This record gives sequence, C-alpha cells and structure tokens, in this order.
Amino acid sequence: MFKLSEQGLANVKKELARYEAKESAIIPSLYIAQKENSGFITPDIIRHLSQVMDIPEARINEVFKFYTMFNQKPVGKYHVQVCTNISCALEGGREMAHHICKELGVKYNEVSADGRFTVSKVECLGSCGTAPMMQVNDTYHEKLTPESAMNLLRGMR
Amino acid sequence: MAEIKVLSEHYHLPEYQTLAGYKAKGGYETLPKAFKMQPQQIIDEVKASGLRGRGGAGFPTGMKWGFLPKNGEPRYLLCNADEGEPGTFKDRMMMERAPHQLIEGMIISAFAIGSHKGYIYVRGEYVYPIDVLNKAIKEAYDAGLLGKNIMGSGFDFDLDVYRGAGAYICGEETGMISSLEGLKGQPKLKPPFPAVQGYLRKPTIVNNVETLAAVTYIIKDGAQAYRKHGTEKSAGTKLFSVSGNVVKPGNYEVPLGYPLIDLINKECGGMKPGRKLKAIIPGGSSAPVLTAEECGKANLDYESLAGLGTMLGSGAVIVMDDSQCMVDMLGVLTHFYAHESCGQCTPCREGTGWLDKILHSILEGRGRLQDIDLLIKVADNMKGKTICALSDAAALPVLSFVTKFRDEFEFYVREGRSKVKGTTYAEMHH
Repeated sequence: MFKLSEQGLANVKKELARYEAKESAIIPSLYIAQKENSGFITPDIIRHLSQVMDIPEARINEVFKFYTMFNQKPVGKYHVQVCTNISCALEGGREMAHHICKELGVKYNEVSADGRFTVSKVECLGSCGTAPMMQVNDTYHEKLTPESAMNLLRGMR
Repeated sequence: MAEIKVLSEHYHLPEYQTLAGYKAKGGYETLPKAFKMQPQQIIDEVKASGLRGRGGAGFPTGMKWGFLPKNGEPRYLLCNADEGEPGTFKDRMMMERAPHQLIEGMIISAFAIGSHKGYIYVRGEYVYPIDVLNKAIKEAYDAGLLGKNIMGSGFDFDLDVYRGAGAYICGEETGMISSLEGLKGQPKLKPPFPAVQGYLRKPTIVNNVETLAAVTYIIKDGAQAYRKHGTEKSAGTKLFSVSGNVVKPGNYEVPLGYPLIDLINKECGGMKPGRKLKAIIPGGSSAPVLTAEECGKANLDYESLAGLGTMLGSGAVIVMDDSQCMVDMLGVLTHFYAHESCGQCTPCREGTGWLDKILHSILEGRGRLQDIDLLIKVADNMKGKTICALSDAAALPVLSFVTKFRDEFEFYVREGRSKVKGTTYAEMHH
C-alpha cells in the first residue's frame, strides 16, 4: 500500500491550502505522488490521495487519466520523450526517435532491460525552432542529430 | 533587417531574467504611471492601441476586458502560457528571458480590470520556464511589487504559477479554466464567456503571455506609439516563431503586416541550400497551409492572411521545402489532433480519429481514390459543430492540404508510395 513520505504529505497539504477549490490541488498532488513513486501512478496512489485530500477516488482518477504527463505504467530512470510533431518531423525527429530505440534495444514506451530508459514519442514540446529535440526527465535537449542524442543518452547512468 | 524589437529588445541579455537586470533597463518604471491612471483610462488606452490577443484568436484585448460585469464580484486574471500549438515557441522565450516583463504586464492589467488574484497557467513540460517564473515572482514579492499595497498604491495583487499536465486543449481558455479548477481540461459551452463566468464561476480574463507583456509597452509609451507599428487593423509588433526547413529558425519580432516572404528570406536566411520553398503554415499547425505562390502574396497580419483563407493564429510559421511529402506531413497533424481531442463532442472525438485512420490507411498503401474525397467530407462535417475550435483546427489543415496538393494524395493512393520521396511510409521512417 503506497503512502506519501512525511515531506510529500506536507507538500500535498500545502497545495490543498493554496487554492480556493481543493480540487485545484489534484494536479500538483499527482505530481508529488508520481515523483515519490519512481515516475508513475498506481490505483493505490489514487486511493491514498483520495483519503489525504478528502476527494472521491473517481474525481482524482478522471484527472489522472486525462493528462499525458501522468504515467500509468512504470518508466525507466530516464524517460526519453522525443518530439515527433510537425516542426521536429520536418527536421528528422521521427528518424531520431527510431534510431534511439534501435540503439537502446527497446520498443516505444517499454522500459529497457537495465531499467535505465523508456523512450516515448510525444507531441509538440514548444522547441520547434531548435528541432529535433528530446526531453529527458525534466530537461530539454535541442538541435540534436541521432548520434548526438545517443551520445547524451550513453552518458547517463 | 526589419525586426522591430519592442518586446524582445533585451532578450539577449542573461541578466534581464532577474529583477535587477530588468530594472536596469527601465523595468517596473511603468507601474507608478499606471497606478496614477484610472483603471478605465488603462482599458481605454489598450483599446486605442488596437492590441489583439496574441494567443491565436486575435480578439481585441481592451474589448475583452470591457465585457467584465460591474457587479462587485471578485475577478481573476489568468495568463495563458499553455503554448501547445505545434510550431509555437514564443511564450517560452518570453517567460525564460523576461519573466518580469510578464509580471509587470499582469500587475498593470490586473489593476485595470480590478483583479486581486492572478494565475500563470504554464504547460507542464515547461519545467525550466516555470522555475524561472517562480524565482521572478519571489523576487517581485520580496521587493513589494506583488502582494499588499504594491508600491504604496493601495492596490493588492497576488500571483501564482499553475503547472498543467500535458493536454493541448488546456490552451483553450475554458479548457484552461476547467483544468485550474481541478477538472479534466475540457472546454465549456459559451456563453457565458469567462469574462462573465470563468474560474470558480467568477468573472475571469484570460490573456496570452505576449498580450500581457505588450500592455506594459502600451501604457509606458502610449497607444499611438504602439500604433506606429503594424497596420490600421493589425496594430503593433508580433513575435513570430519560425520553424522547419529554413537556414535560421527562431523567434523574430516584426511589425504586423510584414511580408511573409521577407521574414523567410531576410530574417531566417531563406531556404536551406539547394532547396525550394514548397509551402508554409503561417499561424500554427491548425492554420490552413499556403502554397509557395500564395506565400509571395501574404503579409503577416490578420486581414491579409484571412484574405488568403488562412490565419495569423499564434504566429507560428512552419516552413516546408520541396523535399517534403504533404501526405506524410498531414499524417503527422491528423495524428496530433486525434491524440489531443478531449473526447467531449462527438464530431471531434469521432472525426479526428476517422481522419487519422483514413490518412494512415493511405500512407500505409491501403488507400482508395474515394478516400481523398472522404477526407474532405469528414473534415467539412467537423467545422463549427463543437464546443471549442479543436475540431476546426483538425479539419482546416486536412481541407487545405488535400485541396492544394491533391496530386500528391492521388499519386500516393495509386502507387502506394510518396510522389516526392518515391518511397513507402515504412521505408520513409523505419
């Protein structure tokens, strides 16, 4: 059964106190819980948040399922999100995503055998003038080539 | 060079991100002037400037502010920093390089509309801009520029950043309000418009980052100074995000009415060596595409682009050269809109998915000639039939791509491969 850490619980309570409608704290609280659970959300987490926030599970669940930044499955230590929308596609983003998967020996959205990487194709990340790009966890890497992207990833342990 | 840097003059200075750096260039000097004005005077000045919303719809900002009911209810000011429209990356630059410019614009705007609470709703992926904004907001609070009795004016304004979680539709103002309320980010029926019933059913003004940043300049130098740039109906300057197959993609601030082709050739260094211009989407991925010939006639203002059947939108100029397959590129867009439909309205939920399936059956060599007309028929039936404009946003690229580059679609269906690349979809990408 998942439980937030003391700090995590304090942070969720802080978020609850910040807004006039406590439901506004659902997204921030899901971020807190996701971070504490190695990058993904489980039904256990929803149940726990429901108790902590005094909001029905269904209400939290519908928010969780609507937004793409909350993961429903485990992800690797490094979540590599390659933009394949139009501006990146024009500059080779799709080929880069394919190259990264091939080099790492993974399919899209699965965790590599060593647990280090998950590669996802994502829609526009607002980095269109510096395409192609990828986001690794919270950090943008821009103006990449398939090889420069792999060089960055090879350096991540 | 025809760049006119009204908003972006100091963006190259790293210190402009900080309060000290912003103040060194005259930052927060407009606030005392604004506080000496009557709120209605500020609204009138913004109306006189001709400023139109820079997020995509282009609605006159002062007029939007004028819709607020005078019933004494609390009002909210919501900055739209969701920036999910493919091709657009101007707000990110403004937030990263000039966060105080946005904060000052928001304080002046809040004073004008009588709001004491504001939120900057930022797309969730923008972790760095959120960090920069939070630091700037803390600096502003510490300096007495936010909170109670700002600069001794008697005006109170609290400002907070809200991090979204990766849904394109939260860029639509009522979808954004739903998201801030802790709901699925689904758009709401209008009317009532947010100015009457918005966040927590209270009057709410939603403005884009660039719009709010421009307010400071308008109050600082006056509406007439702002009107010196641009055209009669499209006043001022605008940040254009240029991406795609040009030599120097990036953000460029030019006066509205600037020729599109000059932006490409003069500011962006033209097409890459050996390549020719094929097409441009001038206002973000939802705007109808222009052929190279049409691009030569286009000026970057609301009216000129509307005259060519397209839109200025968010000012995202996506440039394609002659090596690009239009069937393939449209496939990218149909996939995006099918992925991002919130699922609330049937024509959008079903239509976006249907368009994507038809397109990908063509790309995978299973298309029939009648599928081309079916694309048009489905897209035609999606326009203007839903709560928000996402359905139109999905339909318009389809109609323009298929109509203007029909030969490429017919070739693809007949041959099962791209007319431009000569290869199949699988060979192109795997």
